Amino acid sequence: MITRRIALLGAAAAALIVTTPALAADDLKLPRQAVELVAPPFVHPHEQATKEGPKIIEFKLTIKEKEVVIDDAGTKFQAMTFNGSMPGPLMVVHEGDYVEVTLVNPETNAMPHNIDFHAATGGLGGGALTHVSPGEQVVLRWKATRTGTFVYHCAPEGMIPWHVVSGMHGTVMVLPRDGLKSREGKALRYDRLYYVGENDLYVPKDEKGKYKTYETIGESFADTTEVMRKLIPTHVVFNGKVGALTGKNAMTSKVGETVMIIHSQANRDTRPHLIGGHGDYVWETGKFINPPEKDLETWFIRGGSAGAALYTFRQPGIYAYVNHNLIEAVELGATAHFKVEGEWNNDLMKQVQPPGPILPGKSSAAETVVKTR
Amino acid sequence: MLLAMKIKAAITAAALASPIALTIAPVAHPADSAITEIAAKPFQYRLAGDFSRDGKPAAAPLRDTILPAHIKIMNRQVTAGEYARCADDGGCPKIPHASAMADRPMVGVSWRDATAYAEWLTNKIGVLHRLPTDEEWVFAAGEKIRDEPLALVDPVDPAQAWIARYEAEANRARPDALDPQPVGTFGINGNGLQDLGGNVWEWTSTCFLRMTLEPTGNARITNTNCGVRVAQGAHRTYITDFIRDPRTGGCAAGVPPANLGFRLVVEDKNWQALQRAIVAAFEPH
Ligand SMILES: [Cu+2]
Repeated sequence: MITRRIALLGAAAAALIVTTPALAADDLKLPRQAVELVAPPFVHPHEQATKEGPKIIEFKLTIKEKEVVIDDAGTKFQAMTFNGSMPGPLMVVHEGDYVEVTLVNPETNAMPHNIDFHAATGGLGGGALTHVSPGEQVVLRWKATRTGTFVYHCAPEGMIPWHVVSGMHGTVMVLPRDGLKSREGKALRYDRLYYVGENDLYVPKDEKGKYKTYETIGESFADTTEVMRKLIPTHVVFNGKVGALTGKNAMTSKVGETVMIIHSQANRDTRPHLIGGHGDYVWETGKFINPPEKDLETWFIRGGSAGAALYTFRQPGIYAYVNHNLIEAVELGATAHFKVEGEWNNDLMKQVQPPGPILPGKSSAAETVVKTR
Repeated sequence: MLLAMKIKAAITAAALASPIALTIAPVAHPADSAITEIAAKPFQYRLAGDFSRDGKPAAAPLRDTILPAHIKIMNRQVTAGEYARCADDGGCPKIPHASAMADRPMVGVSWRDATAYAEWLTNKIGVLHRLPTDEEWVFAAGEKIRDEPLALVDPVDPAQAWIARYEAEANRARPDALDPQPVGTFGINGNGLQDLGGNVWEWTSTCFLRMTLEPTGNARITNTNCGVRVAQGAHRTYITDFIRDPRTGGCAAGVPPANLGFRLVVEDKNWQALQRAIVAAFEPH
């Protein structure tokens, strides 16, 4: 791969490229920390509150254009991704930190890309300063001035929606330095964090109604755009694939454990709901300076945003975590599962009588009505 | 260590054949024929692509240059009827929403479609047809060219140049009509070519390059992206090669081109025979 570039550049130029990143950001005299990103639904190790001062946090995002399979029927999809996953990785920093992202577009890719961070200020969120052609990289630094969960996505002019629905989106979480708080100022912590990135997909079909496949991402563009324009997704999935977070890949927890669920949708509204559970504390808009709402049944994630919900499991079992447009959840794929271990609490729920024959003369609705007269 | 010469070679792309010996007398009424021949003479060319100097954005250099040979280029854009011939023949992709009238310019073509057409015509006639390089297009366009050195982005303060650039682009005249117009609507230039800088932008074979200007004045290529090609018209723009509708995926910023079409250059010594062959190729079966 590199050989063609070296040939073009000459050895001296290649050396120059290698040294360029070191030139960046030497003007800030702050400690640096390089963070290894982790594929969703997981997140890299991080402090929930910190006593340390602001740092420059270094992340590396490598863009990967690749074919993926998006459902059990084996439907192939030409995806564009940050670091190979849909969504891209969750990045966690603290308010006042500087986020320094190296965006790499390897020569094996076909297309120019860039990145727009909703958490960043100016320059189209960084989109104006990060255009990279295949074979290039760019380093952008921005200051995390607001706390919350914020979407990032690719935003090449004219092709933004296509890149986003092809997989190029993720989330940055900026935590308050002293950690999360309830409305009353009580410190809130989580034992685990899961990042669920929802993605509406628009896969073209042939005359017979079969999903079409394409050799390259470029070839899929015209047909895909046509499907996109009708605004009806063929798939609505969590983490890139129908069933990416179910079965063997179900998220896990324990009774008594507090889980933070970050839910992002870079393009379209959604409404997460934990079947059998609740949102104990929910930042529906994802912005931690606003007090969290309590005891929600379903929360609304606006297209182009990420929200955060805390829940302490009180009952073991399997929980479905869905987009509560149930057609999208069941027919189109927007379903995840939690497998929760622990001891059943009969006080919270008990099957008083198992299903059986309807008993005459007792506890039927008609009978009850008569009795109350 | 690429010198100016090599960059030129890269810019003019691999397709450029060796210079052609010119044996044919100039055509009397170039506007009436499908192909116009333009004799090489010195002209000024602003290199296409992104330039930097000492790691900072720099204006693209304006060079005095001359094409290695005379150029033969279609005096109008390829029409919808001509493209349909190629599509019917299986040589070009059928384009779903091509609605243009047969005698109007073909629009809604990607670089890949245009290249397929050139290949088809080359095989059909036995004479090399290809897209012009950006340099050739600029030369052929002559006085129709609008040299627009875009404002430079200072990495320390990106905003000022960005706003200036936006305003310059917003001030560009927009074509009154978006649909393809009858051939000739947008006039004829001094070289006898029709409709340059109208509402149809034309694909060229030139790849998007990022270049570093060295103290010697040489430009060294730091990135070649042939997935993005130069399209020419009322302004120069860079468009991904599979884009057919520039409004949904073209320009880097500002006002996108209205339509994407193309015209071809031909490389052949036998001028009259070529004209006959082209006419024959499009006669009804
Ligand atoms: Cu992208």
